[in-house]
Amino acid sequence: MSYLPRELPHPEPSPEDVFYWDNCRDRKLVIRHCNSCHTFFHPPMPSCTACGSVDLGWRQVSGSGTIFSYTIAHHPVHPALKTSTPYNIVVVMLDGASDVRLVSNIIGAQPEQIRIGAPVELCWDEIDKGMFLPRFVLKTTMDAAGRETL
Amino acid sequence: MTFPYSRTKSGQQPCIIGIGESEYKRRGGHKDTSELTLLLQAIRTAANDAGIDARQLDGYASFGYERHEPVLVQTALAAEELNFSNIVWGGAGGGCCASVMLAALAVSSGMSQYAVAYRSLCQGQYERYGQFRPRPMYGQYLAPFGLMAPAQMTALTFRRHMERYGTSSDTLAEIAITIRQNAQKNPRAVMYGKPLDREQYFDARMIADPFRLYDCCLETDGACAIIITTMEKAEKLGKPAIPILASAQASGPRWSLGPMGTHNMPVDDYSTVNSRHVAKALYEQSGLTPADIDVAQIYDAFTGLIPMAIEDYGLCGRGESPRFIESGALRFDGKMPINTAGGLLSEAYLHGLNLVIEGVRQMRGTSTNQIESAKTCLVTSGGGGGHKSALILGRG
Repeated sequence: MSYLPRELPHPEPSPEDVFYWDNCRDRKLVIRHCNSCHTFFHPPMPSCTACGSVDLGWRQVSGSGTIFSYTIAHHPVHPALKTSTPYNIVVVMLDGASDVRLVSNIIGAQPEQIRIGAPVELCWDEIDKGMFLPRFVLKTTMDAAGRETL
Repeated sequence: MTFPYSRTKSGQQPCIIGIGESEYKRRGGHKDTSELTLLLQAIRTAANDAGIDARQLDGYASFGYERHEPVLVQTALAAEELNFSNIVWGGAGGGCCASVMLAALAVSSGMSQYAVAYRSLCQGQYERYGQFRPRPMYGQYLAPFGLMAPAQMTALTFRRHMERYGTSSDTLAEIAITIRQNAQKNPRAVMYGKPLDREQYFDARMIADPFRLYDCCLETDGACAIIITTMEKAEKLGKPAIPILASAQASGPRWSLGPMGTHNMPVDDYSTVNSRHVAKALYEQSGLTPADIDVAQIYDAFTGLIPMAIEDYGLCGRGESPRFIESGALRFDGKMPINTAGGLLSEAYLHGLNLVIEGVRQMRGTSTNQIESAKTCLVTSGGGGGHKSALILGRG
């Protein structure tokens, strides 16, 4: 079961970002990268938002990052969300990708566990047969006794 | 784009000579009167206020999401000429004051004799802004993750302001209660007769944490219009003219669609309303400083926009807004009174144009919450979108 109902709008790839969504199908997170100034940027655009170059590529990133900001949504603003509130919405700052941020959700966390600066890891969430969204989980670390803690 | 008021030839300087509004009602309140009918009522009221015939209007300006094209309005008014017709790009009301700027440019340059800036918005007749609406640009990065409404989008930017500067629910409560209090003297306000206290504020349901119900603006039905001409023509009409001392629109680098996009604004700019460039242009044009502003109408689609905006416009220092606000500075009798007619939170949601109308009333001395001896009024536009705009109005 996906984090939010499958009846929510699904991504509709454009020529600009079909590569991004195709890679999501393969559970790979790729981000636009400028071959001239080596800056990552998002969302995909036809030229680099730092230097204007059109010499662009894509780079796969690990998907680890930190919570940059968040809100807990209580009011259902779409009919499909009626039984899904409250849910979280986060902005994740990706590691190793300039200052690129993704709007996403944290799976398996209580609202009070979500805070700015918390480390997160990518977790692919299947929303349709073969279609995955990049969502995240809080990063766990081992404590002295070898138990997983948040 | 900025308007060099001080360098405009005497007589050609722009001024506001007419204001008009339909009755404001809650969403669905205007069931039997179409949005266009309300718009025409507002324009005719404004023309009457200006002392002209609405058929003399030959310039038309509005901003993002307006449904009624100028050629349609011209036809409905039976106006002979249309010499200027323009709309400002962008959502979230960012183009509101810029529509007044466009009208000002049109009359000062001689393209138009009498120009109207207008907005009609009946959320009971068309879509609701508080519910999901498809967003053609970048919606695929937002809607699948449940980021669908402006309250959520603004909550994300404001959350970092809280984290960094200590703004809190107490700050937001002070704003919501202050603005609602202002509406209690304004019979046009949808929330007239409905004061708000702290208990009611905190008891209200959460919409998008930290925003509770009364942190969010109204969904209303209505229309409003403002008529702009030159000082020279205003003098001939013998009507009070409110000078537009400064008007500007601007956006910082890499802001794109801002909170209504994918939230990839520059990190240092994230917890702002992207208005520092607008502010700089306004103060340069007018030769005024933030200390010269006597009263302000700040775009208040959400309470959380206010702390960020008053910092961007220099009405208090960066990070000082929580203490400034909690000291009562924004109240009617405070150091920097704001949204004296009740704002978008408590008067009506005309996407910001009703804030300009209240600015004009303050400068005419006819507000229901008149700030005595106020000589300047700042009016700002825009919340969660990309570019922003603003005006400084002066005394007639």
